[in-house]
Amino acid sequence: MPEFLLNALLAGIGVALVAGPLGSFAVWRRMAYFGDTLAHSALLGIAFGLLLSINLNVAVTLGCLLLAMILVLLQQNHFIATDTLLGILSHTTLALGLICVSVFSHSRIDLMAYLFGDLLAASGMDVVTIYTVAFFVLIVLYLLWRPLLAITVHEELAKVEGVPVTAIRTILMLLMALVIAIAMKVVGVLLITALLIIPAAASRRLTYTPEQMALVASLLGCLSVLGGLSASFFWDTPVGPSVVLVASSLFLLSLFKRQTA
Amino acid sequence: MSDSSSQQGIVSARAISVIRNERVILHQVDLDLHPGEIVTLIGPNGAGKTTLVRIVLGLMKPDQGQVTRRPGLRIGYMPQKIHIEPSLPLTVQRFLSLAGGNSLDNQAIAEQTGIVHLLSRPMQRLSGGEAQRVLLARALIRRPQLLVLDEPVQGIDVTGQEEFYQTIANIREQSQCGILMVSHDLHLVMAATDTVICLNQHVCCHGHPESVSSHPAYLELFGRIRQPGIAVYTHHHDHSHDTSHTALKQTASDQYHA
Repeated sequence: MPEFLLNALLAGIGVALVAGPLGSFAVWRRMAYFGDTLAHSALLGIAFGLLLSINLNVAVTLGCLLLAMILVLLQQNHFIATDTLLGILSHTTLALGLICVSVFSHSRIDLMAYLFGDLLAASGMDVVTIYTVAFFVLIVLYLLWRPLLAITVHEELAKVEGVPVTAIRTILMLLMALVIAIAMKVVGVLLITALLIIPAAASRRLTYTPEQMALVASLLGCLSVLGGLSASFFWDTPVGPSVVLVASSLFLLSLFKRQTA
Repeated sequence: MSDSSSQQGIVSARAISVIRNERVILHQVDLDLHPGEIVTLIGPNGAGKTTLVRIVLGLMKPDQGQVTRRPGLRIGYMPQKIHIEPSLPLTVQRFLSLAGGNSLDNQAIAEQTGIVHLLSRPMQRLSGGEAQRVLLARALIRRPQLLVLDEPVQGIDVTGQEEFYQTIANIREQSQCGILMVSHDLHLVMAATDTVICLNQHVCCHGHPESVSSHPAYLELFGRIRQPGIAVYTHHHDHSHDTSHTALKQTASDQYHA
């Protein structure tokens, strides 16, 4: 297997593994729009990375984390409906990111790679970064699994039972930001939410517990990456969209199974 | 509203006031709970019952007044209802385990609340009465010293209410926990209630409920039931509210406590 293909496969699987449980939380907590907003802000991170000549991975990660914190603070104030707020921020950051990238980069940059992903260009360094972040996120998820699930089921009940709800919720947002920053490499800014949501949604009908759903979502994500890369290799289709379409096909297939619970 | 100061209270709220959007939600409300005591909150819609409960639970802070909880107090909370996302596969057993506890204790609590046959059922497929018993079980798992029940028998038929109240009475007997209950009914409360507090922004009146079996109004409504777990509370207001609550300040400042 050529090295670029191996890197692509490893990178894609690393992201899919961690996207399973986080995507499940995104589905359970209806955070799809939140994911979109974070993903769009990643493009703005790229723009500032180019402007300040710092590592783009670092710039994207910092951009996502910063926006996640802003969202957490704004949501607590309830000064505007959450979906309206997300709609404003999501498209403002996307528009601003597009303008900044085209202005700062002197059009030497492949915008399509950022919008739709460029998995085949993943370097060995990218693979290391992805697995470091994925490992860290999975450890935190493992340690905080019960409180995370408790606040997802009923926040007030969790709070009365002594769960530090605000802290746990903030941690979940930050983990989401981290994963989106690394997932950008695989499917790009515009398709990240799909990689989070679709495998988790496909997993729903096949599973009976939250843990099973998260695990199966990871596996379906890996299958999607494998299928998408193969399609790209044999038929020369763009990788990111191919991965998403394989995931969608898996979701459609899952609909044929009778609803379990 | 027990006056005994010899026994150390579990929770004591003093002169609680809440004002939202220039509307008085609660005005100078006092509330005390002691171990083994059952206090039932009644009052019309919008009387501030839920707000007071949320303050006792520590879910919100009052604008004025003070809440003192016994240090390290374990609270069991049974919310009115629960909505579980259809996208979340969650059995009753897993739902209970979210509160912690070991599986042996949780099994005992499931037996006590009569939900053993529901343990492997998805949370989304419970009837109203089943969900209420599951929520009660969840509230009991942490061995609470204070049990807070928000309209626990709403939508349950009279026989179901009897059973539920019997379970609550047993729990009080065994664990000597204090119980704060919100009733959806203005007149009928659990018979074992020690103190009924009628709330309408302020405490309108409080007292002990009368035995139902002797109350003509109940007999007329439901006929004779042997050893009913439900009692009638007779209000003894000495003031009235106008519908818009604009006269509240005057009435409340006079501190009506019958």
